[in-house]
Amino acid sequence: MHATALIAEDEALLAAELQAQLARVWPELEIVAQVGHGAAAVEAALRLRPQVLFLDIRMPGMTGLEAAQAIAEDWPDGVAAPLIVFATAYDQYALEAFNHAAVDYLLKPIDAARLAQTCARAQAALAAQRDPTGGTVPWEAALGQLRRLLATPALSGRSGTDAPDRLQVIQAGLGNAIHLVPVDDVVYFEAADKYVRVVTGGREHLIRVALRELLPQLDPQRFWQIHRGTVVRADAIAVAQRDESGKLSLTLRGRPERLIVSRLYAHRFKAM
Amino acid sequence: MTHVEPDRWHYLRHAAVVAGFSAVIGLGLGIAKGGDWTLQFVYAEGIGLSIWACTDFGRLLFQLDPESHWPTGWRMIVLQVGAVIVGYVVGTWVGDQYCGCSTFELWRHSARAFAGYLVLCIATTVAISFFFQSRGRDQRRLRQIATAQRDASEAQLKLLESQLEPHMLFNTLANLRVLIALDPARAQAMLDQLIAFLRATLSGSQQPFHALSAEFARCSDYLELMQVRMGDRLQTRLALPRELADLPVPPLVLQPLVENAIKHGLEPHVGGGRIEISAERTGERVVLRVRDTGAGLSDGAAATGTRFGLEQVRRRLATIYGAAATLDLQPAAGTEGGTDAIVTLPA
Repeated sequence: MHATALIAEDEALLAAELQAQLARVWPELEIVAQVGHGAAAVEAALRLRPQVLFLDIRMPGMTGLEAAQAIAEDWPDGVAAPLIVFATAYDQYALEAFNHAAVDYLLKPIDAARLAQTCARAQAALAAQRDPTGGTVPWEAALGQLRRLLATPALSGRSGTDAPDRLQVIQAGLGNAIHLVPVDDVVYFEAADKYVRVVTGGREHLIRVALRELLPQLDPQRFWQIHRGTVVRADAIAVAQRDESGKLSLTLRGRPERLIVSRLYAHRFKAM
Repeated sequence: MTHVEPDRWHYLRHAAVVAGFSAVIGLGLGIAKGGDWTLQFVYAEGIGLSIWACTDFGRLLFQLDPESHWPTGWRMIVLQVGAVIVGYVVGTWVGDQYCGCSTFELWRHSARAFAGYLVLCIATTVAISFFFQSRGRDQRRLRQIATAQRDASEAQLKLLESQLEPHMLFNTLANLRVLIALDPARAQAMLDQLIAFLRATLSGSQQPFHALSAEFARCSDYLELMQVRMGDRLQTRLALPRELADLPVPPLVLQPLVENAIKHGLEPHVGGGRIEISAERTGERVVLRVRDTGAGLSDGAAATGTRFGLEQVRRRLATIYGAAATLDLQPAAGTEGGTDAIVTLPA
């Protein structure tokens, strides 16, 4: 069966070997891109839209899971969701999470028999996608798996076991001054490169911390993640509305701008 | 340490043991005295089980030692004396009901025989209590030993896992597997480096000191391994002045810092970077430096300080040199960014 694939692996020898192994077990699989880090994987996947993604978990810049999240959020509507196969050398937590979420994965060094199994499963899934009578919702299963993986603290880069203290006040530096912003005043947080924009009703501040480090310090009941880069205070949301293309966006109390909800988090917004 | 709460079976077990002891005493007395052996048997069982019941349930009136579930000190003496008196009276009454005579009559015309029974009772009670207590103590000691052994092997495992990071090991093996088919000569060289790295890591903590040049060689082995994996994303520079080559240093003082620089500095950095390992003498001190031009210390990472490897180095330095040696992690000076790990030792 002809199909297209992307390989994201930061170690050149291992990437070449995976490509060679794939050529043996699935000769019709066309590798449309081979990239060495997470951000490149996202860029290439969205541009070339391969049907199968092989993502190494530990990659520079962005992990394989973060890349998968970004791809799932920005993948165009109407195009079948890509099949994702994660690869890792050793990661106890990752393996548990993969099994739990029923996600396919490869262990490095990659065993030929295991790779053949994975390819057979991928071929079956692609065949089901092509079957017009199948009628499955293309994204729901994949999104469910990703949500389960993202909920695993050890995988999403958080330290895991010990719950950090909840943040009460944000300390934002500006020149020589430190501005203290009560968390209750924050309308939303938005990731901006290595910084986070802290947006209140009246103004905004930049703090030098990654969103994923900030997230565990926020009360998940009050602050909802709606996108990989956006966390919004739930009681600042006025209306959640779907446009004609199916995109969900939020109108806020106290801020004029609208925030986009990614398909990964859209399931939160349902009428009671 | 987990405590085992006394359960129902524990009472039944104690009762069965006491009944057994009492049966032996009763039958022994019965045979020795001749006549109706059932009389002695009923007295023995009645008194034995009464004393047992008073002891085993009576202890619940006291404050118990959380480990042994028995009272301690004077409370134990009060419990035992009380249990013997109450148990003896109750048990004797039971026996009297059975044979239709009165033991307390015996006291009037043969005080010696009566005292003999009493002494027998007390001796048996003390013996049985001692038996139960020492058996409980033995079991507790065995549990403590098992727990201590488990704790020790867990610590050992954690140390070994931090030294032989499985992720690094399996990725290296995956690379090796590819190279065997692709370039056997290079595969062999890589295997030699892996062997040297494993040997150094596994035996590292056994000798107290080795030459600084040996420590540099270990770092070099490790970096060569990483070079195969990271390709041109990794540049290395090692600078060891000749006069410091023989300086004795604790093993594994630099290698964890180099691993750290790779793992937290260069591996997560998209562009990769350079690692520099250097040594210099400044006055009375020797400064060892591992600099990387990688991702740098994020505010969070520096603060949490969960890096087991660094903690190990710091602890080892403190054990050997006390306050005279230090390990500091700081943002690298200069415009390239990255991190400096600096060890200072007394020269």
